[in-house]
Amino acid sequence: MSEIKDDLRYTEDHEWVKIDDDDESVAWIGVTDYAQSQLGDVVMVEVPSVGDDVGAGDAIGTIESPKSVSDLFSPVTGEVVAVNEALEDSPELLNEAPYTDGWIVQIKMSDLGELDGLMDAEAYAAHVEKANEG
Amino acid sequence: MSPVRTPLYDVHTRLGARIVDFAGFEMPVQYAGILAEHQRVREQVGLFDVSHMGEVRVTGPEALDVVNRLITNDLHRIRDGRALYTCLCAEDGTIVDDMIVYRMSPEEIFICVNASNRATDFAHMQAHAEGDATLVDEGEAWSQIAVQGPAAPELLGRVFGPELAALKPFRLREAPFDGATVYYATTGYTGERGAEIYVPNDRAVALWEALEREGADLGVGPIGLGARDTLRLEMGYCLYGNDIDRTTTPLEAGLGWVTRLDKPAFVGREALVAQQEAGVPRKLVGLEVGGKGIPRHGYPVLHDGAVVGAVTSGTRSPSTGRDIALAYVPTALSEVGTELTVDVRGKAKPARVVTFPFLAR
Repeated sequence: MSEIKDDLRYTEDHEWVKIDDDDESVAWIGVTDYAQSQLGDVVMVEVPSVGDDVGAGDAIGTIESPKSVSDLFSPVTGEVVAVNEALEDSPELLNEAPYTDGWIVQIKMSDLGELDGLMDAEAYAAHVEKANEG
Repeated sequence: MSPVRTPLYDVHTRLGARIVDFAGFEMPVQYAGILAEHQRVREQVGLFDVSHMGEVRVTGPEALDVVNRLITNDLHRIRDGRALYTCLCAEDGTIVDDMIVYRMSPEEIFICVNASNRATDFAHMQAHAEGDATLVDEGEAWSQIAVQGPAAPELLGRVFGPELAALKPFRLREAPFDGATVYYATTGYTGERGAEIYVPNDRAVALWEALEREGADLGVGPIGLGARDTLRLEMGYCLYGNDIDRTTTPLEAGLGWVTRLDKPAFVGREALVAQQEAGVPRKLVGLEVGGKGIPRHGYPVLHDGAVVGAVTSGTRSPSTGRDIALAYVPTALSEVGTELTVDVRGKAKPARVVTFPFLAR
């Protein structure tokens, strides 16, 4: 059973969003434990550049395993204010610590209302269960 | 048609495999993870369930020549008890399948074919077989376990004895196991030492468990189709459906070494002789890609800004960390050292033609 954190919000594409402790307009974004287990060993993560403007639903990067390439979609609209540079040398952080050291980008949101469209932990757990059945 | 389970299916679920549908079979794609499994085969020893592979037996007074007229390689070049890698071609010289052919005797030939091509191959062989021999599709009867890695000879010796463990590559012997007869073949798809063992279905689990038990202190573990693919790609081995198919010829695919145009007759020979004389237009080459771009099947290959070919297989080599690919390019651009470009999802990445295998053994 994959781990789901109570204090995060989630997308249908199995990404998580965490509001920064100090700045409630900054969203930390990564992929869920379920996503990393489905992806398999991550061997490369391509991230956007700091300063990029991104829209909710935009493909902003890619995650590659030995066998496949998956798009990373931005859950929110805003400006990329930080990327996890550790992933360049250690893409395996996505597998080892998807909710902590394996975070991918931070985005300064221009529309905090978009958060209301994301799932809470309970809804996401149901979403994962459905994906497993499918 | 619902997918078929191999006799080892319950073993795979016990070992925590992720199962995928592959060529109509429910096969393990990975257990612990592709990278760890890949490393296990390069450094220790791994077990592969390759029971999905098909088997065909050809018997009769003219079995050897019947098969020899079907395949591109030449069974007269080997003695009994040895194996050949070969292509099976259509009249137009394109590849119906690639396979391993075992010469048991001039009257008995045993063939291992790709799972996805089993029905096609058998129909093709039946249609083109000329002579006194009978072809039997034995795909349902056999399971197959591959044992591969530097510690494979030690493990195989514990289960089958020192004589078989010391057998040189590309040999086949019958061996007793658990009251049955298995075919012990020193072939593989990883570039490592080891064997592929054809075992009757009702002994497959017993053989797998014996190998697990005897290999515990050697670091033995199960290997899925995912690592099977990265292992073969590091060696530059072709995968049917990716690198070779009914649009490519052995001469284009770098399989001229298993294509004996000096044989008097085989299906596809005339077309291949004509292609050889006219000049082979393109070649399958190894590429090393720079700029942190992982090449994938279908990505365009460019030269001077123009598309000249396409990647057929690609990955980041788990052993070296380098980004490697097989790709078809025009023969004029196939020399080792040629600088090309691969279009990785809209980004141009530098690529260079390199020698096979990607991984020096």
